[in-house]
Amino acid sequence: MQSELSIVWIYPDLLSTYGDQGNALVLEQRARARGVPTRIHHVRSSDPVPQQGDIYLIGGGEDRPQILGAERLRKDGGLQSAIARGAAMLAVCAGYQIMGSVFGGEEGQPVPGLELLDISSSRGERRAVGELAAEVDPALRLPTLTGFENHMGVTRLGPGVRPLSRTIVGTGNGDGTEGCVAGKIIGTYLHGPALARNPALADLLLSWAIGPLPPVNDEWYQRLRDERLSAVLGDQA
Amino acid sequence: MSQLPLRAQLASALGRTAATLSRATGRGDGSVIGGRVGLMLEPDLLRKLATDRKLALVSATNGKTTTTRLIASALMELGEVATNAFGANMPAGHVSALSGAKHAPFAVLEVDEKYLPEVLDTTNAGIVSLMNLSRDQMDRAAEIWLLAQKWRRALAGKPAHVIANCDDPLVTWGASTAARVTWVSGGQRWREDSWCCPECGGPLDRGGSREMGQQGSVHWACRECTFHRPEPDWVLDGEDVIDPHGRRWRLDLQLPGEANRSNAAIALATVDAFGLDPARALPRLRTVTSVAGRYTTVERDGRALRLLLAKNPAGWLEAFEVSDPRLPIILSVNAQGPDGRDTSWLWDVDYRILRGRPVYVTGERRLDLALRLDVAGIPFQLCDSFDQAVAALPLGRIDVIANYTAFQQIRTEFGRAV
Repeated sequence: MQSELSIVWIYPDLLSTYGDQGNALVLEQRARARGVPTRIHHVRSSDPVPQQGDIYLIGGGEDRPQILGAERLRKDGGLQSAIARGAAMLAVCAGYQIMGSVFGGEEGQPVPGLELLDISSSRGERRAVGELAAEVDPALRLPTLTGFENHMGVTRLGPGVRPLSRTIVGTGNGDGTEGCVAGKIIGTYLHGPALARNPALADLLLSWAIGPLPPVNDEWYQRLRDERLSAVLGDQA
Repeated sequence: MSQLPLRAQLASALGRTAATLSRATGRGDGSVIGGRVGLMLEPDLLRKLATDRKLALVSATNGKTTTTRLIASALMELGEVATNAFGANMPAGHVSALSGAKHAPFAVLEVDEKYLPEVLDTTNAGIVSLMNLSRDQMDRAAEIWLLAQKWRRALAGKPAHVIANCDDPLVTWGASTAARVTWVSGGQRWREDSWCCPECGGPLDRGGSREMGQQGSVHWACRECTFHRPEPDWVLDGEDVIDPHGRRWRLDLQLPGEANRSNAAIALATVDAFGLDPARALPRLRTVTSVAGRYTTVERDGRALRLLLAKNPAGWLEAFEVSDPRLPIILSVNAQGPDGRDTSWLWDVDYRILRGRPVYVTGERRLDLALRLDVAGIPFQLCDSFDQAVAALPLGRIDVIANYTAFQQIRTEFGRAV
């Protein structure tokens, strides 16, 4: 990190269908709460992706914007350089699929991805829509993952990544796991404001970029989490 | 209409009976069940009911119900009008509306965006009015680019005369396969779904940007292909509408806000296609004060609450524009089926405009909204119920913005007398 934390939001003009701005705003709020000056850079698909960002965000979108986004990112190369340099990243839904080797286009045709994550995705039989809850990989020491998914993707994880979590409720990758993690990249099917429902995940990304963090007041985050988890898990919560 | 075949007459009559029963037993306004019964008995009923009428279909993400009401009000100048005034905007509702006014020579039907191709195929409507497309209830609605593509396919090769808002690139693209289009510059307030060319995916240059020079804020053109904003025939210019003859009409609506002036511009162009001049249409548009409770002011315990409906990010932007920045505001959000069960869209709304106003948060998903406001740095008071929010407020005028079922709950509290 240089003088301020730089959050790079990739292609809000193509991939921000499901409140993806939320992840950027939550990171900004939680960094500022720790006294860290923060700036969000909106990078449109006609602009080059800056290579010096600290945390990169890419969101969800429809089939065609997803294909366009993947093409432009492949050509641009800025994101690949930033990741090679050690930047952190949260990739959501369509953006998550783009990070892999391949994903399914609007007719199910294979479309090449960026190969930043060892995953491959295709179109499933039916749409997974609804609340999701999952137990996060214990090595990450995070509380239960909660959020909303809406996708038709099935994602197979290769040996180069670990599942982010095991689903309790919901579909996720389609094999009982949800999302993945490799180095400082997190991929997930949970919609845009995933970090609003999982502030500890936001703090994990921030700590990768700026080091250990003091706690902050989580009242509203916690109340929303408690309500959602008890609505979804009932007595299991 | 009066020449309906016997089977269709019977289906239509039984449907109306079911509707009456539904109303009598307090189950609803009957417009859906009545139509369902009719369609069950005669699947071709909608086609038959639509025959021999001059029919307009109205579709968009936002403003369907209001625009349908404006058009229907104006057309009464010409004669009896069949219309689905209750917002039942799928085929069962259409059957119900048309069989409820069997002899009406004119009809205006609000149509759900997804159902437009089917209803157009079935009814062979002569006029189709299209206003805007934006993200809405993504957990159950179609993706909007696909939706526009379906509109294109449905309109291609049909004789329908389309009235479309050329300031919305996706609507323009969806409408441009029609045999005849009257373009209306109705403005576009929400632009987050139209930064990319629907034709080729290239970046759209929007008015006000360097590339567009001084051509006005509504102009747009693709940087990479030839797709661009068509020249409008009708133009909304502030409080006025300019018609294709260059005549300027002051709207003076009772309905508030720019979105409703845009709806009125579309309505004027639509009724013009029926042969009704703005001089005769406008006085009737000005009689519309509220539509299904929207914009109504209700009284409770010395407080005058104005009710605004906002179902999606574009709708919130419109509601904020109407809302009086000097007043306290109650926000109520649910996530039932009709609202969309996913509250992600709250993060697409820029709530910072509320800074400095007393804000009260309620509804079944008030905690989602509370966190959203907290992150935006907007102070608020959380209320367990609408009543609690009202009681917490000082006497006087208050604005209320609610999404669909939250709005209906509030209306029900006031006996739906609004």
